[in-house]
Amino acid sequence: MPIYSEKVMDHFQNPRNVGEIENADGVGELGNPTCGDIMKIYIKVKDDKIEDVKFKTFGCGAAIATSSMVTELIKGKTLEEAEKISNETVAEALDGLPPVKMHCSNLAADALHLAIEDYRARKEGKGPIGRVETPEHDESDILEHT
Amino acid sequence: MHILDLEAKLKIINFDHFAATSMRQEVKEAMDPFFINEYGNPQSIHALSDEPREALARARLQAADLLNATSNEVIFTSSGSESNNLAIKGTAFARMDKGKHIIVSKIEHFSVLNAVKSLTKLGFEVSEVSVDKYGLVDPQDVKNALRKDTILVSITHASNEIGTIQDIKEISRIVHENSGAYMHADANTSCGFIETDVKELGADMLSAAPHRFYGPKGTGLFYLKKGVRVMPLIDGGIQEFGRRAGTENIPAIVGAGVACELAKKELKDRTAHLLPIQKEIISGVLSGLDEVYLNGHPEKRLPNNINFVVKYIEGESMLMWLNNNGIMVASGSACTSKILKSSHVLSAIGVDPALAQGSLLISLGQDNSLEDAAFFIKELPGVVNKLRQMSPLYEGIKKENKAQKDK
Repeated sequence: MPIYSEKVMDHFQNPRNVGEIENADGVGELGNPTCGDIMKIYIKVKDDKIEDVKFKTFGCGAAIATSSMVTELIKGKTLEEAEKISNETVAEALDGLPPVKMHCSNLAADALHLAIEDYRARKEGKGPIGRVETPEHDESDILEHT
Repeated sequence: MHILDLEAKLKIINFDHFAATSMRQEVKEAMDPFFINEYGNPQSIHALSDEPREALARARLQAADLLNATSNEVIFTSSGSESNNLAIKGTAFARMDKGKHIIVSKIEHFSVLNAVKSLTKLGFEVSEVSVDKYGLVDPQDVKNALRKDTILVSITHASNEIGTIQDIKEISRIVHENSGAYMHADANTSCGFIETDVKELGADMLSAAPHRFYGPKGTGLFYLKKGVRVMPLIDGGIQEFGRRAGTENIPAIVGAGVACELAKKELKDRTAHLLPIQKEIISGVLSGLDEVYLNGHPEKRLPNNINFVVKYIEGESMLMWLNNNGIMVASGSACTSKILKSSHVLSAIGVDPALAQGSLLISLGQDNSLEDAAFFIKELPGVVNKLRQMSPLYEGIKKENKAQKDK
């Protein structure tokens, strides 16, 4: 049995919305190079709706596929709708992820929420937020999944 | 992982022989009779046992011949990991009255590192000697780590990740001259590809894995020098000279024996076949791509191992794209490790953990050719560039470079 679903493979091989947005309204960058995953999501917001979204990701197949999927899920959605999307929603939309990938590579929704937070912070003159380092995994994370 | 583009009918190129090798036809043919016709137990007295008993003795001779040992110094186990465990725990339990200190290197296989880790819970002490940037153990460091209560030194003959070959002969000499400790060489990666002559190496124990050199899975070799004592890990009957109980896995043992005979016969040819392919890949990749580095020793390395770090991208995604092009490789990145930790070997040779994510591990074998090398060299830059274009780390570097140029 393949370790990744066909949907994961599709989004890995044909990632949607890869790139940067110049003069983005919000940027969410999240991850830890030691763990092997960094996600960066750019959003363009108009009338409280996500008009455009792009991403860049350093990471494994699951990290790339979840990033791609989250951009597809939120394009055209209101900020409120986008905020409701969780990492679990993204994994489900991809027909699941291997258990060990659930907590390390499934951060795309978190990166999106950070981008929205960054957008709001900028509006209030408090942004940008910059990259947020996620903690390294400890052994108990892993034993839970094996 | 499936290959999506089945239409392309890609040739599968196995560059991951450390994970699995295809058995040789000769090996399979030798094993075949022992599943159904010659199924007897070699420990029986009656006629059903005759052929299996002879086959077991023959396999032991073939293995002993490869290692330059005598046949009563060879024990068949279930795997390379079991052999390593037998060396370490077997010695610890047999010699704990003499001392409880064990020396290993920082770049051992997990079947060594986790075995000694378990022993620390029983009050044993472990010293891990460092390696240099090529992964070499300095025999003087082993000497400095020796104590009065050191009972065992276990060092890998050649690294399963970076291929660096250790000077086991010198380490054995130092251990024996300066202590009463046993010397174990983990030859699970080297055996079948370079000389593993136990007399030349001077080891008291040596582990080897025939499935790594075209034998069957489910069997391992353990050399135990005459007079050296280990306590069995599996107690029971008198199989394997009482050192490893349990009904013998005769088909696998027979296959292991033939794999040993072939290895002995073909050792020089194997090196002659593998070295040019290895050289081609190393030079082709290093000249074709920026910011890629070779890990391990430039010369003192196995002819079938290559280990690169490709900066700014992650190993699993590289592996998946190569897989899609029909090329099967491994990586030491955290994401591919299943325990989410990047390679301890790369860390020990001083590779930054973030860079270790871009690790690409190639292990060559009998079915590889110069054409495979050329295909890989042609395909890799496309994969790397695709992933770098997507990488926020590369983006930062590009901007930095541009800013420097603009200055």
